[in-house]
Amino acid sequence: MAAITSSLGRMLDSDLFWSFRHSPVTVISAVVALICILGAVLAPLIAPHDPFDVATLNLIDAFKPPAWAAEGDATYPLGSDDQGRDVLSAIMYGARVSLLVGFCAVLFSMVVGVGIGLLAGYAGGAVDGVLMRIADIQLTFPNILIALLVDGIARAALPADVHDRVALFVVIFAIGISAWPQFARTVRGSTLVERNKEYVLAARVIGISQLRIMLTHVLPNVLGPVLVIATLGLSNAIISEATLSYLGAGVPQTQPSLGTLIRIGNDFLFSGEWWIAIFPGLALIAMVLSVNLLGDWLRDALNPRLR
Amino acid sequence: MLAFIISRILQALPVMVVVALISFAMFAYVGDPVAIMLGQDFTEAQRQALVASLGLDRPFFVQFAKFIWNAMHGEFGLSYRLSRPVAELIQERAPATLELAFCAALVSLCAGVPMGVYTGLYRNSWLSRFFLTFSLIGVSLPTFLIGILLILVFSVWLGWLPSFGRGDTVQIGWWSTGLLTASGLKALVLPSVTLGLFQLTLIMRLVRAEMLEVLRTDYIKFAKARGLANRAINFGHALKNTLVPVITVAGLQLGGIIAFAIVTETVFQWPGMGLLFIQSVNSADIPVMAAYLMLIALVFVTINLVVDLLYYAVDPRLRVGNAKRGH
Repeated sequence: MAAITSSLGRMLDSDLFWSFRHSPVTVISAVVALICILGAVLAPLIAPHDPFDVATLNLIDAFKPPAWAAEGDATYPLGSDDQGRDVLSAIMYGARVSLLVGFCAVLFSMVVGVGIGLLAGYAGGAVDGVLMRIADIQLTFPNILIALLVDGIARAALPADVHDRVALFVVIFAIGISAWPQFARTVRGSTLVERNKEYVLAARVIGISQLRIMLTHVLPNVLGPVLVIATLGLSNAIISEATLSYLGAGVPQTQPSLGTLIRIGNDFLFSGEWWIAIFPGLALIAMVLSVNLLGDWLRDALNPRLR
Repeated sequence: MLAFIISRILQALPVMVVVALISFAMFAYVGDPVAIMLGQDFTEAQRQALVASLGLDRPFFVQFAKFIWNAMHGEFGLSYRLSRPVAELIQERAPATLELAFCAALVSLCAGVPMGVYTGLYRNSWLSRFFLTFSLIGVSLPTFLIGILLILVFSVWLGWLPSFGRGDTVQIGWWSTGLLTASGLKALVLPSVTLGLFQLTLIMRLVRAEMLEVLRTDYIKFAKARGLANRAINFGHALKNTLVPVITVAGLQLGGIIAFAIVTETVFQWPGMGLLFIQSVNSADIPVMAAYLMLIALVFVTINLVVDLLYYAVDPRLRVGNAKRGH
C-alpha cells in the first residue's frame, strides 16, 4: 500500500504531470479521450439500448430526431436510425470497434516497425540497406492506399464466407502494415546512436549474445519516441479504419464501426435525417482530435530541447 | 546534371519493378482467372488450351516479362466486373480525376499561400488565430467527413451546390471536361474544396513558418533600412524566398491529392479513377486494381523525379554539394 502511494506521489510530482496540469487544452483532451474510451468499453453496461438485439427494435421508432427537436423522444437522446436503432447506443458500440481496430493496428505496426528498425539499426550493412529501402518505397505511397490494396487483395484471395469471419483481422493487418515504416525509421535512428555506446560494448565484451543485447539492452533505450509515434499513430489508425469502413472496404456490416455508421447515415442526409450520419461523425472527430492533441503534448513534454 | 538525372531514374526503377511484381503476383496468384473465364461447363482439354493460350504454363519470368511488356503498351486485359478492356475504362475516367486534382491543387495554393503570408505577417491578430485553429481542424478531420459536412451545409441546407456527379460535360476528343459548363463548374466546387483542404492547411502552415524565418534575416532588415515599401519587402523579398520549399511540398502533395481522390470521389460519386478503384476493390476486380496500382506508382515516381529535378534547378547549393562529392 505504501509503495503504491509513494509511486503515485512520485508520478504527481513529476515534470510530465506538471506540464500536463499546466496545459488546459491537454487536460480537456484527456477528459474527452477518457469519456470516449469509457463510453466504448462500458457500452454493454451503460448504453441505453442494445442495437444488436433485434427483438427490441421497432420500426415505428425509426427516424426519430434528437431528443431536443420538436418530435424528439427522450428514450432516443440522439435520435434513431432507419430501423429504429438508438443512434447514441450505436455510436457507443461503434466506437468499441473503432478503438479496438485502432489499438490493435497500432500495436501491430509498432511490433513490426520496432522489430525491423532495431534489426536494421543494430545489424547495419546490407540488412539495413534493404530494410530501409523497403521502408522508403512504402513511404512514397499514402497509408490509406496501401491499406485499401491489402484489403482488396485479401477480399480477392479469400472465399466470401471466410473473409467475413476474418474481416476484422484483415482490417487490423491492412492498417497496421501500412504504418510500420514510421516506427522503423525512428527506432533505427536511435539504435544507430545506442549501438556504439559503452554499455553495449561492455555487454558485448562479457559475451552476451547479440539477440539478448538487442532485446534487453538496446530496446528499452530506444522506446522513448515510440510512445509519441504510437499516440499520433492511434488517431491515424482510427481515421484509416473509419475511411476504409466508409468506403465499404473495412469491418463487416455485422460489426459496424463509426465509419460504417457514417456510411449508412450518408444515404439519409438528403431526406433530412442528418443526425444518423452527423453524430457518429462528431464522435469520430472528438476521438481523433483529443488523441491528436494528447500526442502533440506528449511530443513536446518528452522533448528536452523544447523545455 | 545528366549524372544526377540518371542516378535519380536508377533510384526510381526499383520502385516500379517492385510495384509491377506486386501487380503481377495479384494477377497470377490471387483468384483463378482461368476458372473465371471458363464459366461452369468445360472439359479438361478446353482448360489446357486456355491455360496455354494465356501463357500460364510458361515459366515465372517469361510470364512476368510478358506482363511488363503488355503493361508498357497499356494492356491489362479485361475487367472481371465490366468485361471491358481496363485501359479503355481508365482512359474514360482519367479526365474526371485529373480535373478534380488540378482544381484541388489550385484551391490549396490560391488560398493556402495568402493565408500563410497573412498569419506570418500579423502573428497575433484574431484572424490569424482563427486560421491556425481552423488548420488544426483541417489536419485532424478525415477527408470523407469534411465532404459530408460540406454536403450537409451547402447542398442539403442551403441548396447552393450539387452534391454528386460532374454536372454537364463537354467532349473534346477523348477528353471530357466539366470546366466549360456552368453546372460542371458548380459541381467541381465542393469536391475540390474537400480534396484541397488538407493540402491547404499544410501549405498555409509551411508558408507561415518560412515567412517567420525569412522576416528575421538581415537582408529584410536591410531592405527596411533602405526605406522600401512594406509591400515590396513582404512580397518581393520575403515571399519569393519562401517559395522553394513550398513548390517542393506542393509538388509532392500532388500525388497525395490523386490518391485521396479515391475518398473524395466516393463521397461525391465523382465518376473518376478513384471511384473505379473502390468499386473494383469491393468486387475483387484484380485487373483494374493492378492497372490502377501501376498507374498511381508511375504518377508518384514521376512527381518525385520532377520535384527532385526542380529542386536541383532552383537550389544552387545542391549542385555545389554534388560537385564536391565528385559526382
